[in-house]
This record gives sequence, structure tokens and C-alpha cells, in this order.
Amino acid sequence: MTDVPTGREPLLVVDEVKTHFDTDRGLVHAVDGVSFSLDRGHTLGIVGESGSGKTVLSRSIMGLLPKRDVVRHGSIRFEGEEIGNLGPKSMRRFWGAHMAMVFQDPMTSLNPVMKIGRQITESIHTHLDVTRSFADELAVSLLASVRVPDPERRMDEYPHQLSGGLRQRVCIAVALAAGPQLLFADEPTTALDVTVQAQVLDLLEAQQRERYMALVLVTHDLGVVAGRADDVIVMYAGQVVEQAPTPTLFAQMRMPYTEALLQSIPKVDDPPHTRLHAIPGRPPSLVDVPVGCRFAARCEYVQDRCQAEQPPLLDGPTPGHRYRCWFPVGTPEGRAALERNRAAGITPAADGTTAVPVPGSAP
Amino acid sequence: MPERPVPGPPTGDARVDEPLDDLVGAATGRGMPVDAGTIEIAAVETGPEVRRRRRRGIGVAGWLSLGWIVLVVGLALLAPVLPLDDPKEINTAIARRGPFAEAGSASGHLLGGDYNGRDMLSRLIWGGRTTLLVASAAVAVGFVLGGALGLLGGYFRGKVDLLVSGLLDVFLSIPAVILALALVVILRTQPGTDGGGLDPVAALILAIGLVSIPVLGRITRASTLSWSEREFVLAARAQGATHRRIVFREVLPNVLPAMFSIALLGIAVAIVAEGTLSILGAGVEAGTPTWGNMIAIGRTQLQRAPHVVFEPAIMIFLTVLSLNMLGDVVRSRFDVREGGL
Repeated sequence: MTDVPTGREPLLVVDEVKTHFDTDRGLVHAVDGVSFSLDRGHTLGIVGESGSGKTVLSRSIMGLLPKRDVVRHGSIRFEGEEIGNLGPKSMRRFWGAHMAMVFQDPMTSLNPVMKIGRQITESIHTHLDVTRSFADELAVSLLASVRVPDPERRMDEYPHQLSGGLRQRVCIAVALAAGPQLLFADEPTTALDVTVQAQVLDLLEAQQRERYMALVLVTHDLGVVAGRADDVIVMYAGQVVEQAPTPTLFAQMRMPYTEALLQSIPKVDDPPHTRLHAIPGRPPSLVDVPVGCRFAARCEYVQDRCQAEQPPLLDGPTPGHRYRCWFPVGTPEGRAALERNRAAGITPAADGTTAVPVPGSAP
Repeated sequence: MPERPVPGPPTGDARVDEPLDDLVGAATGRGMPVDAGTIEIAAVETGPEVRRRRRRGIGVAGWLSLGWIVLVVGLALLAPVLPLDDPKEINTAIARRGPFAEAGSASGHLLGGDYNGRDMLSRLIWGGRTTLLVASAAVAVGFVLGGALGLLGGYFRGKVDLLVSGLLDVFLSIPAVILALALVVILRTQPGTDGGGLDPVAALILAIGLVSIPVLGRITRASTLSWSEREFVLAARAQGATHRRIVFREVLPNVLPAMFSIALLGIAVAIVAEGTLSILGAGVEAGTPTWGNMIAIGRTQLQRAPHVVFEPAIMIFLTVLSLNMLGDVVRSRFDVREGGL
């Protein structure tokens, strides 16, 4: 690898990216103004629940969006080159060779009628002018590097002969085939058995370090990014609601949504039959986005101001920490807001539309 | 969801890198809702016995059909080297002689003679040669052209698809027999000259082939539509594959089984079409036997020599039946189900 960062611009700079879909129901604000930057050798975790726009965001950066009815704004700079407005034809030279993606479901992201070896050598041949036998050797070594046992034999097998964990390793090998500098992993472990999730994540991390790649790890599980990402972006309803270096995020989270996400992870040392902590309701419609804070309807801290006025991304006490909240967690304002709500018996409604007082729920 | 019993230890599959029964145990032990159906199916589908059974079976009917097709095609291919009478040679001694007539000079003419005294066995085999050539070549034309249109429409969608679908619909809206008839007539007459035009066999191939385009095109388009939505197509795109590569390497191999099973049925339909066109007088000229024109010519003497019509009719019947059977076998064997993956 020759291009060691020289302290100039980071590998990827995303500035106020918006991706809207023009549908019959109206304009869907799938991604609504996201900014971040990412350098080689670093890992960015993008966390949010289903429909928060994290997948659309990663596909927007890759340029892998449907052709029609898409409205894109903002700037995406890759190695200093503006790629935010490029069409698929111009993006093709980046795909595979500069940026690649590992998809969520290894059951469907491999071609069922193509041998494993071919799926990898296809990628190699697309970008490198090498002989067939060299590509085969390269593919075997790629399979070995993603710790697929007995790689020579696997080359001649079809995807259905492999388990889910092995298939995801093959997908990673395919993505790495042309040596990208930037790898997107879109919920790479969601479709896998719990037992192999950690293995696949460790593998991604090892490859990221070994190849000095930038890694974007998209997930709905804060636990996944906790030990692996350098920075975390928490997304809600198409927006960044909190953004911080990982240790800061976990030590001083400010956004009630982040807190709620963290609480919704079941803990091993909970006694049996502990109620799972769920965030009530659903994310708002991305067609008619609420005026105020988009999380207000489901927030335990909600105040009148939240319903009326959208908070901007505010700077936190630590550099690089930004959050979108009027009554942040862990601040006197936030604590006061929570107390007030509890005293008044206000809890978020289960349907996530409005916060209404529930009789008898006050402590 | 109906409660299904969690199966016992699965039939053992060394390739899976985490033992399945451990997972079942772990999941149920933790009191998580286990979709027993899914686990059962997974275990059953990967069991070695089942895999062997699936690989083995095309069934008795399948083997019989395959045997018949191999026989008919083999005879047709070997017709020039087989010790057969000349299909055009007239031997009045066997005129209108029925099959299996042992008497006198008819010995050796196993299936009798037609009304002119030409050997039926020889005519059936030579006729099969022409009929099968016309039918398979016609379907090949439809396969390539219809397949190309279907792939284009199904993969690129939008305006391309609108054009392709429109074209196919227009084709489909004209009754097939009338269209084929018209095409044969047009193809056989050179504009501005008397007659001329294409050789009758070539004209027939093109006419039936063009008529078979919409059927193959639609099947291919439908199959392509669903396969190009798959994530592996997006994954290939994200690896920088060109459209051409994706269509030919990723989509086409998955679409081919559906195309093949329809093509087999298409050959059956084309055989019948050849017969129909012959009866309508638009087939190959009478001198060259085909199953179709044997029926067409023989029907004038149906009462005096029924075997002249029935023998080619039985050939068509058995061949069409076998092709349908094989089409079914192909479809069911290559039907890639999600569960099986």
C-alpha cells in the first residue's frame, strides 16, 4: 500500500448528504443531512433501528441507489474527489477497487449457481489484468485470509454447500478481492447465528487492520460497535442524533435515543424473566417528518420545546462529540426534565404518536 | 404458527461448522421461541439421504420419455446410414398395405406402405428427421431471440421493458397459426419475383421460430425480473461488474432452467405446429416426408389406409408427450427454492 495518509483530507468526507425518494406517498426523507469524515485505518459505526436511514446512507455513499425517483443533495468526497453527483457509469471504477460492500444476508448475496472460486475470481478479473491461474491462487489465499478452512476444496463448491458463517466469510473475501480502501459492512452479522457473529466481526476487524482500510460498520446493535468502532454515529429518522468517539459515546451519552438503544440490549446478568426494555412506538413517517425533535414522541425526557423546535447538532464537552437534544441525558436539564415527566406521569405512548399521561404510571 | 416437534439430532452434516443440535439445544434451553419448522426443514434438506434421493429421481415416466426421445432423435440422426428403403421409392406391391403384414413381398416393410407404395417405416424415420429439425431449430430461434428480448426487458426495466413487453404483447395478440401461416407465405415469396424466397424448410423454421418468441420472451423476462432483484446482483454491481457481465454471468445461468423447460415444451408445440401448417398446405413440399405432411397427405385416404395417418400421429403424440414430461422434470429438478439453499 503506497498511499499512506499525508495529513491532508481524510479518505471520505461526507457533508450534509440528503437522499430523498420521490414516491406516490410523497417525498421520503430517508437520509436528511448527515455529515462525517473517515480516514484510512479507522472504523466508523453507524447505529440505528430499522428505517433510520443507515442502509440508505451507506448505499448513497457507494452510489448504489435505484436510478429513478431519487433526489440527492450534499457532497461526498472520496480521496479528495467529489463523487456525490456521479452516476453509476462513473462510479463503476470505484466499485470493488476503491470501495466495496459486504451485505446483510450471505444466503442471498452469493450467486447460487456459481462456484465459490468463480465468484471471487470474477471480482479479481474485473479489476486486475491477471491470468486465470494467478486469479485462482489469489482467490485461494483470500479464502485462507478470511479463515475459510480447506480453501482449495471450497473453491469448487457452491454456496448452498456452505454454512451461513462460511458464506459471509466468502462474501468478505469477494469484497476484499480488489483491495478496496473503504469497506462498508451493512449489518454483516444480522442474518448469522449468534455463535458466529463475533467471529465474523473479529475477522472484519482483523482485515481492516491488516489492510489499513476504512471500515463503515452499519448495525442496529450498539454492542457490536462498542469494542470495534473508533467513532459512532447514531441515526434516527434519517438524521444523525449523536456522534462521538466510541469511548466518549458510552461514557457520556447525551441523546435519550442512544440511551434507550443501550437499554434495549438484554444483559446477561439480568435475572430470568426480566422484561425486555423496548423503545415504545415506531420511528416517525419519513414523508411527514415532525416539526420538533424527531424522537420526541418516544422520548422519556420530552418537553414542550421538543415538540415545537428541532434541536440542532450541539457540541458536547469532548471534542468530536455532537448531539441533537434540548434536554440531554446526564445534564441537570435532562435530569430535571425526566423528574418532571415522572412526577406528571407522562410516558411515551405505545403507538409513538404523542406523549400522553398514563394514569397510575407515576412512581 | 402450528407447533411442530423439534426434530431429533439431524442426520448429521459435517460441513456445517456449528453442530445443529447444539444450536437447537441452546435456543430452546434459553426459552427463545424456536421456529421448529425452519430447523426441521434445514435438517431434512441437508441430510445426505435426501440429497441422494433428489439427485436420483426423474421417475419411471421420466426415463421412458427420455428413452423415447433418445430413440427418435437417434433414428432421425442415423437415417442416412440405416438400412432403410428410399422413402421416395414407389413399390406398388405394398401400396396401402397395413403394418405387420407378413404376406408376400411386404416382408421387411414392418409398418406397411402408404397409398403410393412407399415404405412407412422409412418415411417415418426420414419424416422425423425433418420434423425434429424444423421444431428444434425453430425453438432455437425463439430461444435466442426471445431470450435476448426477455433478458433485456427484465434486467433494464423502464423504457426498454416497455418496448420489449409491448412487442411481445403485439406478437401474442395475433393468433399463432395465422401468424405462422402468414410468415411462411411471406418468407417463401421473394418480393418482386415469382416464388423464389427462402427454402421451404428454412421458411418453416423462421416462421415457427418467430411465433415462439413471445412465449420464451415472456418466461425469460419474468424470471429475469425476479433474479435481477436478488442481492447477489447488487453485490456484483458493487464489485464493479458491468451490465453485460451481470446479465450473462449472474442472471442468465439462473434463468436458463426456466427457459429450458419452456423450450422443451416449445419443441412439442412446434412439432404440432409443423403438422398444422402441413395440413393447411403451408408445410414442407410433399416430396420430402415430415410427420405433418404424412398426415396431411394420408388423410385423403383415411378410410382405406388409416395406418398412413395414424402412424405419424402416434409418433407426434408420443414425442410431444415425452417432451412435456421431460419439461416437467427439468422444471422440478432445477426449481431453486429458497428453502433448499
